[in-house]
Amino acid sequence: MIYLDNAATSWPKPPEVARAIIEFLECAGGNPGRSGHALSIAAARVVYETREAVAELFNSPDPLRVIFTQNATHAINLVLKGILRRGGRVVTTSVEHNAVMRPLRALEREGVHVRIVPCDQEGFLNLANMERVVQPGTSLIVLTHANNVTGTILPVTPVAEMAHRAGALVLVDAAQTAGVVPIDVQGMGIDFLAFTGHKSLYGPPGTGGLVIGDRVDAANLEPLARGGTGSRSEFEEQPEDLPDRFESGTPNGPGIAGLGAGIRFVRSRGMDVIRAHEVALTGRLIAGLEGIPGVRIYGPHDPVRRTAAVSLTVEGCRVSDVGLRLDEEFEILSRVGLHCAPAVHRTIGTFPEGTVRFAPSVFTTPDEIDTTLAAMQAIARP
Amino acid sequence: MSTQGVVLFHTTSAALRAEKVILKAQLAGKLIPTPRQFSSDCGIALRFDWSQVDQVKGVLETARVELAGIHPF
Repeated sequence: MIYLDNAATSWPKPPEVARAIIEFLECAGGNPGRSGHALSIAAARVVYETREAVAELFNSPDPLRVIFTQNATHAINLVLKGILRRGGRVVTTSVEHNAVMRPLRALEREGVHVRIVPCDQEGFLNLANMERVVQPGTSLIVLTHANNVTGTILPVTPVAEMAHRAGALVLVDAAQTAGVVPIDVQGMGIDFLAFTGHKSLYGPPGTGGLVIGDRVDAANLEPLARGGTGSRSEFEEQPEDLPDRFESGTPNGPGIAGLGAGIRFVRSRGMDVIRAHEVALTGRLIAGLEGIPGVRIYGPHDPVRRTAAVSLTVEGCRVSDVGLRLDEEFEILSRVGLHCAPAVHRTIGTFPEGTVRFAPSVFTTPDEIDTTLAAMQAIARP
Repeated sequence: MSTQGVVLFHTTSAALRAEKVILKAQLAGKLIPTPRQFSSDCGIALRFDWSQVDQVKGVLETARVELAGIHPF
């Protein structure tokens, strides 16, 4: 079997991830931060260590400004619903995932002004087009670091500068890039970084988070949920201290332990090494697909300008048929359809049919890419 | 037996951060349940040797760990 659906969730995970989850359940089973006994402290220590690992990975100076959430979607919702109010203005791109578009459409119904900057057919953003709609009164720019269909990498730093010139903040959706494309919260001027734990950070599903930059006054960000934090328990008001303000209820301790192990794996393997591996595989995949008549590849063909998620269509074939044949005849696992991102498919011209998407990971081999290309040759044969 | 001290925090995360920087500075410190006579801000507090109170304060300040209080006990 060849697993090429890593843009949905990475598989396999490094063995140390499962080991860390088991170790948490067997050895650190207390409720982190709720009690003062040895097992509670052991659990809290594991959560804190992961917080620190996240802060280091993204060059954020303060681990207490790392908020753990269920996933990137939850982190994005926290920011959008936490700062956008009726009459407020938000600018985003036409290559956002539904994790951004659905909460924005809901906020639009509540009176938030949503402006969407069209990207080109490869998924690239023209900064001048964005500059025209960002105006005083814009409170937030939301930008995917790389979309999940064409993998096109967008320029975070100039967009952050544009936001700050207009007095706005910037939220970056790093679901597709965290762990493989370098992210520097301080250096790039990121105010909110939403990340997922279960893709290129190789942690388990159900993990992710939000890194809050130092420009943000967290007191102006409303929590999505309020409740017990193990702190300031004499008050019935939510504390303002970070990370507790945004982390009510018992956290996903085993998941966070696994995420910590995933991040340590990424760091020990070397993010630059992982990226180089994926760039090489993506280049090999695209070059091979270019040679198959009837196959159309979306997004930039240069692997350096994109992530490893490669979308394609085959002339005369439904994408669902291609996916099914890959699975049944070749045991190659892809993802077909709209990838929860109708906006991206409209932008690249593949709505509503969608595309077939291949997404290798650090564990994918060149041989597996070649086998996939041979399968595509057979499928695309008229 | 020498007097002990306790550092109080607003969050568990701050307590863990404090423990880490204190141990890294080779000072003695241990996380304990917060003594009830002080505060219920956060369930855990950092116990240390009161004779090292100045060093403890200095290390925590340098690392910019926010404290809720520091007391002998």
